[in-house]
Amino acid sequence: MTTININGQVHEVDFSPDTPLLWTLRDALGFTGTKFGCGMALCGACTVHVDGQPVRSCVTPISAIGTKRVRTIESMDADHVGRAVQDAWVELGVAQCGYCQAGQIMTATALLKANPKPSDEQIVAGMSGNLCRCGTYTRINAAVKLASSRLAANKTGAKA
Amino acid sequence: MTRTDLETLEQPARRRMLQAGAVFALSLQFGGLVSKAAAAEVGKKYGGAAMPGGVVDDPLVFVSIARDGTVTIVAHRAEMGTGVRTSLPMVVADEMEADWSRVKIVQADANEARYGSQNVDGSRSMRHFLAPMRRVGASARHMLEAAAAAQWKVPAAEVQARNHEVIHAASGRRLSYGDLAEAAMRQPVPKGDQLRLKQPDAFRYIGKGRIMPADSRDIAQGKATYGIDVRLPGMLYAVIARPPVHGGKLRKVDSTDALKVPGVLRVIELKGFDGPPLFNPVGGVAVVATNTWAAMQGRAALKPEWADGANSSYDSTAFRRTLEAAVQAFRRTLEAAVHRPGKALRNDGDAVAALSAAGGQRKVSAEYYIPHLAHASMETPVATARFIDGKCEIWAPSQAPQGALESVAKHIGLDARDVTLHLTLLGGGFGRKSMADFISEAALVSKAMDGKPVKLQWTRDDDIRHDYYHTVSVERMESVLDARGKPTAWLHRSAAPTIASTFQVGAQGKAPFEAGMTAINIPFQIPSIRLESADVPPHTRIGWFRSVSNIPHAFAVQSFVAELAHQARRDPKDYLLELIGPPRKIDPATLSDSWNYNESPDVYPLDTGRMRRVIEEAARKANWGRKLPKGHGLGIAMAYSFVTYVATVVEVAVDAKGQITIPRVDVAIDCGPQVNPERIRSQVEGGCVMGISLAMLGEISFKDGRVQQSNFHDFEILRSHMAPRAIHTWMVGGDFGVPPGGVGEPPVPPVAPALCNAIFAATGARIRSLPIRDQLSQA
Repeated sequence: MTTININGQVHEVDFSPDTPLLWTLRDALGFTGTKFGCGMALCGACTVHVDGQPVRSCVTPISAIGTKRVRTIESMDADHVGRAVQDAWVELGVAQCGYCQAGQIMTATALLKANPKPSDEQIVAGMSGNLCRCGTYTRINAAVKLASSRLAANKTGAKA
Repeated sequence: MTRTDLETLEQPARRRMLQAGAVFALSLQFGGLVSKAAAAEVGKKYGGAAMPGGVVDDPLVFVSIARDGTVTIVAHRAEMGTGVRTSLPMVVADEMEADWSRVKIVQADANEARYGSQNVDGSRSMRHFLAPMRRVGASARHMLEAAAAAQWKVPAAEVQARNHEVIHAASGRRLSYGDLAEAAMRQPVPKGDQLRLKQPDAFRYIGKGRIMPADSRDIAQGKATYGIDVRLPGMLYAVIARPPVHGGKLRKVDSTDALKVPGVLRVIELKGFDGPPLFNPVGGVAVVATNTWAAMQGRAALKPEWADGANSSYDSTAFRRTLEAAVQAFRRTLEAAVHRPGKALRNDGDAVAALSAAGGQRKVSAEYYIPHLAHASMETPVATARFIDGKCEIWAPSQAPQGALESVAKHIGLDARDVTLHLTLLGGGFGRKSMADFISEAALVSKAMDGKPVKLQWTRDDDIRHDYYHTVSVERMESVLDARGKPTAWLHRSAAPTIASTFQVGAQGKAPFEAGMTAINIPFQIPSIRLESADVPPHTRIGWFRSVSNIPHAFAVQSFVAELAHQARRDPKDYLLELIGPPRKIDPATLSDSWNYNESPDVYPLDTGRMRRVIEEAARKANWGRKLPKGHGLGIAMAYSFVTYVATVVEVAVDAKGQITIPRVDVAIDCGPQVNPERIRSQVEGGCVMGISLAMLGEISFKDGRVQQSNFHDFEILRSHMAPRAIHTWMVGGDFGVPPGGVGEPPVPPVAPALCNAIFAATGARIRSLPIRDQLSQA
């Protein structure tokens, strides 16, 4: 048994310890918002936060999590930065097929937490690890910018 | 583009698609020089009516109203990112005067007998279903009005449906849609000639661009259900080791170690199929486990032995030379002799004589190359199947649900009526998810597991190595310029394995639907125009990739026009307009195009006026001719595809090291009526990125019959930092009196030639072989 803390709740799973967090989230625990894209940390579709840091869950074995706290896309509407990012995504119609967008939002949220007012160049660089085959990059950049400005305008963290 | 295009050539019964031979005999029969009479077939059906599933416009199929006023509208086509799951119900809601905030969308299962065509490839959703969905909505509106009029005992003409209620203005009475729900649905469905469609100025949602995709919030919260997200009680997980060479077979497998992996339950040998690829699974060894990771680990521990078969020597570098030999003008090399000489698909005037007679200094020739490409949708192929009481139930992301259902039924030996296919969201498709091989695999593995629910997961290397690839092509262009720099002859020789080979063993040369994609139907005012198609064999499964043969054809045609303009010392935009000539409507059959995207030549003539307008608009908005910083260049290209007109201007910046960035792209699109302008923009933006991606990076290569790439490190797709910083979409036209064109695919074809034309303008380097990669830094 491995014990992991997902979105504030402790779960026990009986998968082998080398199992990536991605497949544990999806197959054992039903957190299907985190997506499989490549299995090699190349595309970012599986991005989650581990102790606040963006992590590729497809190459992170559950044995490496220990007592660290995992946050997935399913908890982002309860996170004021995550919620602002989601709102910007919806408002600008970023998603096409939408498959990669959970990972994009997790990366963008981590980016804005580390750097609340990123420049255009910093946004592009910060998001370049997340692939989108539909090609939504210009809207992703605009949505990160929008979320950043909303958060700056409303530092109390009330919903945008 | 697709089996249905092949099929609809002469409307054979759908099931013959699976038998294939008969269907392809027809397509090959049309492969020769097409007579103009061919297009004048009596009673020929076009558009949605010509699709195997046809169109359905019965409001009782698509609309239901609950007592609380909730209007439920069926989205019969699956969502893969174009927005149809929102846009088509939005059309219904608008025509029926439903309040969008009270509309609920439900996703249909695969059932073309009930819903009409559900095939979402070929950019046909709005093209084929705008009119039927308007009729559905208008019928529902009439039925609501009739129910209210009956209740009030007033003539129906005195009442009017407006924003979720019916109003009798004379008496001031109102009834909500909820109040009328049951009575309205008992009203007779109006006949077509009784329908009053809304005037476009009365639209609430259509053309406004205010309705965002229905799934946006669920997607942003990770709640939307894609194929990969299906979960059933007791579900098992499977992956398959497939033959590494196309046509290969499993000789034997040692599964001892695989079965020792914790969580692995069973190893199952799957047989492959002889004959054409169709949508058949390719066989191999399935590993079934209690979770996906265990299945993957089990597969890694298998020791399979493969018999590689006839394609084990496929080498894409050598094959390129074969293609180049096949398009050589008058050479009789040993290689060329192996392949049958190119067939003339169009021959206006005498281009060969004009080229033979021309002096060397006025002759221009160029060859363009595009390698195989993989679709690489972010969601890899995946499907879940189970059997209950001898019936099979499937959940899958499918672009061609009815074909998938029938293909599955064939493989598991059930009647198609005993197979249910639930449609999930598609995590991208781009043509790949029209092929049902992965769906049949899920059903076969579930069947082998006594019907237990099984999710069959493809990994990324499965996806990259077992795709139905975009064809590989060499396009040779030759022309002669007169003293004023105008071409007097145009010769286009094309060599590319045909998609038809996926359906018929031995099929070679372009099918009419391939020739009809920006090769045969060029409207240039040149006295002699000749298109030849060389017969070359496939060595892998060839499929349709977003915009299909338009990609290599538009790349060659639109690059070559710019090359001719340069030779003639003319501005490439002016030169392109001059070749197109004055505004006129052309019957595609007069260009030897018998296909025209299977649309009526009367309803959808090729309109050079619309071509000119998109070129002029894109150029104007991009400020064509403006002074640019050093190292920057503008390139323009236009393509008519899926009966839509698109012109693209790319601004490129090339630094001293040959690194390419794209500050800006301007796209003008005329797709006829703009039903959901916001989603048209998103498709244009995405099409630009995909076009740049394939131009800069896209290549699948083969050695010893094996695909050499396996994941995003070696099959790269465009990342954020390489994408254009700004993409501007400019809408042209938009009249609802014009029939709708496609949107999903048309933005792609002009991108690669516009980019390479821009690179030429910036640097003087002409790129004729894709991908571009680091060609400029090597120069």
